[in-house]
Amino acid sequence: MKRNIYLDTAATSIVDEKVSSRIKEVMDNIHGNPSSLHYKGDESKNILEDSRKTVADSLKCNPEDIIFTSGGSESNNLAIKGYALKNKDKGKHIITTKIEHDCILNTCKWLEKKGFEVTYLDVDKEGFISLEDLSDKINEDTILVSIIHGNNEVGTIQEMGKIHDICKSKKVILHTDACQSFMKTEIKSSMADMITINAHKIHGPKGVGALYINDSINLEPLIHGGGQERKLRSGTENVPLIAGFSEAVSLKQNTSKIEDLRDYMILKIKDIHGAKLNGPSENRLCNNVNFSFDYIEGESIIYDLSLKGICVSTGSACSSKSLEGSHVIMAMHDDVERSHNSVRFSLSKYNTKEEIDYVVKELNETVNKLRKISPLLKEV
Amino acid sequence: MYNDKIIKRFQNPVNAGEIENPDGVGKYGNPKCGDIMKISIKVKDGILEDIKFKTYGCVAAIASTDALCDLCKGKKIDEALNVSKDDVVKSMGGDVPSVKVHCSILAQNALKKAVDDYRNED
Repeated sequence: MKRNIYLDTAATSIVDEKVSSRIKEVMDNIHGNPSSLHYKGDESKNILEDSRKTVADSLKCNPEDIIFTSGGSESNNLAIKGYALKNKDKGKHIITTKIEHDCILNTCKWLEKKGFEVTYLDVDKEGFISLEDLSDKINEDTILVSIIHGNNEVGTIQEMGKIHDICKSKKVILHTDACQSFMKTEIKSSMADMITINAHKIHGPKGVGALYINDSINLEPLIHGGGQERKLRSGTENVPLIAGFSEAVSLKQNTSKIEDLRDYMILKIKDIHGAKLNGPSENRLCNNVNFSFDYIEGESIIYDLSLKGICVSTGSACSSKSLEGSHVIMAMHDDVERSHNSVRFSLSKYNTKEEIDYVVKELNETVNKLRKISPLLKEV
Repeated sequence: MYNDKIIKRFQNPVNAGEIENPDGVGKYGNPKCGDIMKISIKVKDGILEDIKFKTYGCVAAIASTDALCDLCKGKKIDEALNVSKDDVVKSMGGDVPSVKVHCSILAQNALKKAVDDYRNED
């Protein structure tokens, strides 16, 4: 019988039963528009504001500093475009990194077309930026720095505290995409001026996220309309999904169990000949495993595993619309083959040691099978 | 993304391997786009008696080279060189994602190189 092993939590997570029940409960019973003046509107408004408080408490900030959006991409767009467009009279230079998520990179590319200048910081072989490099690159025209907290492909967790100190000393606003690190490692609102988080990486629903915005910051909204979310994000609030987000935030975490499983998996895969760990051993997201396998390509590995009931992903070319490999691994290693041969395994509380054993066994078979037909492996 | 015919070829590529004492070998591809194909051929009386491949690449790359080998085996050399990417795509069910059609072109190019190699030794 085909197994069903899900190791792609970094792409999206399994929705917890408590979350889906809560969403249904709210959808069935609390249908009012929070802006309506009648009691049904009040019911919705109460759930909305309770959810806001729960999310705010998790970041140790005031509820007024949390804006709900449709997800991480929207929050990132709002933070970067919203800040840049509102503050372009103060400067037109933005700093980010080469290992950001596509929504940050493409937002920056769009701003470049609008006359902004963007610096993309290099990273070392483990994916860390250089604090010295960041400090050097900030100039009088710099208005915003955006650096991903926990990298979605290779798990590198940047030293946000030190990064924020540098930005504060140079009076530059710091934004961070914390979608992967939220609820997996300590995140406090004090670590940046704007923080993006979302629900679907933490066993919540897709379609909802939030942006923490320090109260000293002004943004240009992306969506104009009825003025909801402090006029920063108009549109009738998606109360059921927001309630689901809040429920997900309240779920019990067991990050140390996941971390143990991650370390166990890394040790086992390291035994495979020609397997190279991507990303650091320390300061790594508790659920992230990423390896490149010599002589064979990422998409073919993914498909073969999928046919065996195992879900993982790759930053490789062929699996996306472009023909390039993982831009993150390229930035770290400047190795085209390595960037094509990578596989990401991202764990969650639902995975077990037995599943990992099974996956490693099947992975071995897949790797051997594909290497047999690879022109890159010289037969001795 | 892929139909059953492509998946079947990917899971069981019958033409994968290397010919012992080949008459021609051609390698084509580009690490940058993540596909490298190596085709070896056995020629007898101007006919491709046998043809095998090794491919580094995605599911479509592996399936395309396997399909090309099936289409070319037993053909006269010039007939084999005329097998087009559309023939390969058709033999794989026709509904290959557009971003993957280039894999069939790469496979053809590897075959051309193998034939060139054979002709140069002639």
